[in-house]
Amino acid sequence: MSVIDLVPYDEALAAYDPVMGLEVHVELGTATKMFCGCSTELGAEPNSQVCPTCLGLPGSLPVVNAVGVESAVKIGLALNCEIAEWCRFARKNYFYPDMPKNFQTSQYDEPIAFNGYLDVTLEDGEVFRVQIERAHMEEDTGKSSHIGGATGRIHGASHSLLDYNRAGIPLIEIVTKPIEGAGERAPEVAKAYVAELREVIRALGVSEARMDKGQMRCDVNLSLRPHGREEFGTRSETKNVNSLRSVERAARFEIQRHAAVLNEGGSIVQETRHFHEEDGSTTAGRIKDNAEDYRYFPEPDLVPVAPSREWVAELRAALPEMPRVRRERLQGEWGISDLEMQSVLNAGAIEPILETIAAGAPADQARKWWMGELARHANETGAELGALPITPAQVARVSELVAAGSLNDKLARQVIEAVLAGEGGPDEVVAKRGLAVVSDDSALGAAVDEAIAANPDVAAKIRDGKVAAAGALVGAVMKATRGQADAARVKELILERLA
Amino acid sequence: MTDLIRNTAAETAAAIAAGEVSAVEVAQAHLDRIGAVDEKVHAFLHVDTDGALSAARAVDAKRAAGEELGPLAGVPLALKDVFTTKGVPTTAGSRILEGWVPPYDATLTRRLKDAGVVILGKTNMDEFAMGSSTENSAFGPTGNPWDLSRIPGGSGGGSAAALAAYEAPLAIGTDTGGSIRQPGAVTGTVGVKPTYGTVSRYGLIAFSSSLDQGGPCARTVLDAALLHEAIAGHDPLDSTSIDAPVLPLVAAARQGATGDLTGVRVGVVKEFAGEGYQAGVMQRFNESVEILRGLGATVVEVSCPSFSYALPAYYLIAPSEASSNLARFDAMRYGLRVGDDGTRSAEDVTALTREAGFGPEVKRRIILGTYALSSGYYDAYYGSAQKVRTLITQDFARSFADVDVLVSPTTPTTAFPIGERADDPMAMYLADLCTIPSNLAGNSAMSVPCGLAPEDNLPVGLQIIAPAMADDRLYRVGAAVEAALDNQWGHPLLEEAPAL
Repeated sequence: MSVIDLVPYDEALAAYDPVMGLEVHVELGTATKMFCGCSTELGAEPNSQVCPTCLGLPGSLPVVNAVGVESAVKIGLALNCEIAEWCRFARKNYFYPDMPKNFQTSQYDEPIAFNGYLDVTLEDGEVFRVQIERAHMEEDTGKSSHIGGATGRIHGASHSLLDYNRAGIPLIEIVTKPIEGAGERAPEVAKAYVAELREVIRALGVSEARMDKGQMRCDVNLSLRPHGREEFGTRSETKNVNSLRSVERAARFEIQRHAAVLNEGGSIVQETRHFHEEDGSTTAGRIKDNAEDYRYFPEPDLVPVAPSREWVAELRAALPEMPRVRRERLQGEWGISDLEMQSVLNAGAIEPILETIAAGAPADQARKWWMGELARHANETGAELGALPITPAQVARVSELVAAGSLNDKLARQVIEAVLAGEGGPDEVVAKRGLAVVSDDSALGAAVDEAIAANPDVAAKIRDGKVAAAGALVGAVMKATRGQADAARVKELILERLA
Repeated sequence: MTDLIRNTAAETAAAIAAGEVSAVEVAQAHLDRIGAVDEKVHAFLHVDTDGALSAARAVDAKRAAGEELGPLAGVPLALKDVFTTKGVPTTAGSRILEGWVPPYDATLTRRLKDAGVVILGKTNMDEFAMGSSTENSAFGPTGNPWDLSRIPGGSGGGSAAALAAYEAPLAIGTDTGGSIRQPGAVTGTVGVKPTYGTVSRYGLIAFSSSLDQGGPCARTVLDAALLHEAIAGHDPLDSTSIDAPVLPLVAAARQGATGDLTGVRVGVVKEFAGEGYQAGVMQRFNESVEILRGLGATVVEVSCPSFSYALPAYYLIAPSEASSNLARFDAMRYGLRVGDDGTRSAEDVTALTREAGFGPEVKRRIILGTYALSSGYYDAYYGSAQKVRTLITQDFARSFADVDVLVSPTTPTTAFPIGERADDPMAMYLADLCTIPSNLAGNSAMSVPCGLAPEDNLPVGLQIIAPAMADDRLYRVGAAVEAALDNQWGHPLLEEAPAL
């Protein structure tokens, strides 16, 4: 899709220093819209969740959603921001058919939260601090669908359909300060930042922050400057990059593209860029020269928002443990290395492990099953760990059966597989398949006698005092019992008989 | 039947409550009057005969059932076409909304209906309330019942003319820079701009959100008070609505009507006189001041130096907000749509629709406001205007430390001929010179008739200005002046108006 010859990544980084700015929009999970009482439920019939206010009908007026403001303050606090004592909404004026009033009610020079930071952990465990410029409240637009064109974009379309269900859904826009000093790790920092922000939003419970559902959307602004120069280069703004991997790829692509343009003596056009999932490239969008003028002014239909210090203090005190702090605590509690913790994170195993522990399993057992057998299964089937057809309580039960000696490791794996295959819960599978460990002497005696009879040489060695040789006979008994024998008891029986 | 249309709202409500006349008879009498004279006056853009009669029947049924009726039950009213009415067309005087039928009632509309008020129809107005003569209506001008070749004021000329022509005893206006008071003054009727935030704006099609305020229009101060109490009060749907009890306005009007203003301190605004003020207007105004003195009030002169900046500040703030408020008229969801022939883009259709749908004054203000809000000009224009607003508020605060109310002429001249100022926006804007400061500061003000200018025999209005949340003072002073003048003339001023 790109016509430019990209500069190899290492080469680009050898010549230039990337500076990034990340703008993330988070759709809040409030029950109603930011300025009216309409539902925010996704997936409803188009234009079924609208009213005079979110349709911008003449005469309608907005009323601020208090939960939206509370969510904004929580996000601000979680991002270590200062919370404004007094701030206003502002109108951002521009025409677009899916924006009912042709202005967006947003915040301009008085954001509710500002001057914060978010520490993010990179893959090697290094912590990078991303400075936050601001977090402000605004409303989402409606959605346009362009019909009749090949690409679904407006170009070439015969007509467009407008759905205003999304219009007025509360958004929090979180803007970083310029991210400098990340060097070759800029794309990794971008990805780690968005990932960490997503965890924070989820921990706060203010949004599910599902990027695939558009509940969290990222714009990646990037510029390059020659090493040693203070002044920023011209930036490009890659819009709506909607997965963690894409954030990393978009940053990487833009570094290589900018370097190519600059190396040829060209200059970067200040423009928006579209990101393409298929090949990770970006293409030019709208030119953003400084002539763009949103004519912001304070929203006269709303009164200022003035979060009292007491209320902010209450919200601060009630903040949940932040994901990074929690991860460090869990890593300590579980006694695992950075690398092991990283794989737990990558596998999305924290919640299943914690729930399994809560259901009674020891931490190491919970982690062993989720990171072993279950992670392998998830990998093979392409499912999320949390979506596997087995509950943490069932995993804990298997672990309990092993600890009690009712199952050995091999049998336990068979039970897990059967549960995943839908054969029922662990106890049901054990009963149906008869997988319990056999430790009853009368049931084991015959097999032990058979094994001794079939292996006279081994038996002789044991009689001569070479107790270690008993392993071979235990193995034979296990094989004969399809792994169900209680290996410890089998060994005792063998030694008794050959004493 | 003549009495039915000449009665005050208070008299009509009492007659209906006593069973002396039915609400349907009253409504029909007014509909007949509209049928007889509105072709000449053109106060109404839409007459809702069915809705009015059905509302009147409901009042009669309630009375028949022995239910208690509110103080305005069955009284007809003319509603400015800027408030939404569910199922009844609402245009704001603009071609761009022609044919639009709102799916919801404004809070004010809802309250009127709940009070049993019979809404006769929607009245003519300057397009989007931008103007002082009603000539900017897309649907043609309204005549002043005192002289049909003259303007009835604006933007609420239709509402004021409906009162003066006895088409309705009550009307609703909106006052952004004087649009209730100035039409009241030039038609010899009473108009009140309530304190900003005391009458809900939900369902009021916005011109300038921080200035717009709905309010009562009537032929008497007491009627205005009755209507004012019916429409005021906190509304959770309007974030700028003030959560405070409605003041006892009717009681204040009744107290004022006794004619005793002992202890009331009145300030005459020095700046509202001089060049541009018609001699007859100043004469009647000065006589009113003497009447106030005669009723026991103490009168002093006060100076509000910032008021001279009010007009320019207003013409930056109001157009700025309007440029944004009127952006929603884009042909996408409602109203006029021009040029949608399947070949044009949405942007082109929006542009063609706005070109065809907005009149010249609306376009002028959109352009002015867009410019004033532009990056690089914002501080010099919108920012400075907001500072002037603060200074004006301070001037008022300083004055009200010494006096209870301020007085001035409502508007510098009597009704001018239709067409005279149509091509001279600046001359037109001067009509609101005395009324604008109260919009900028958000306080309350009233225009009450104070006689006819000797040189043209046309009505003159006395403006009474009170602090925010002290609207009751307007009614006390207004009713006192009204009673004294009625007594002096032997009848209400409006009876001097020529028959239509």
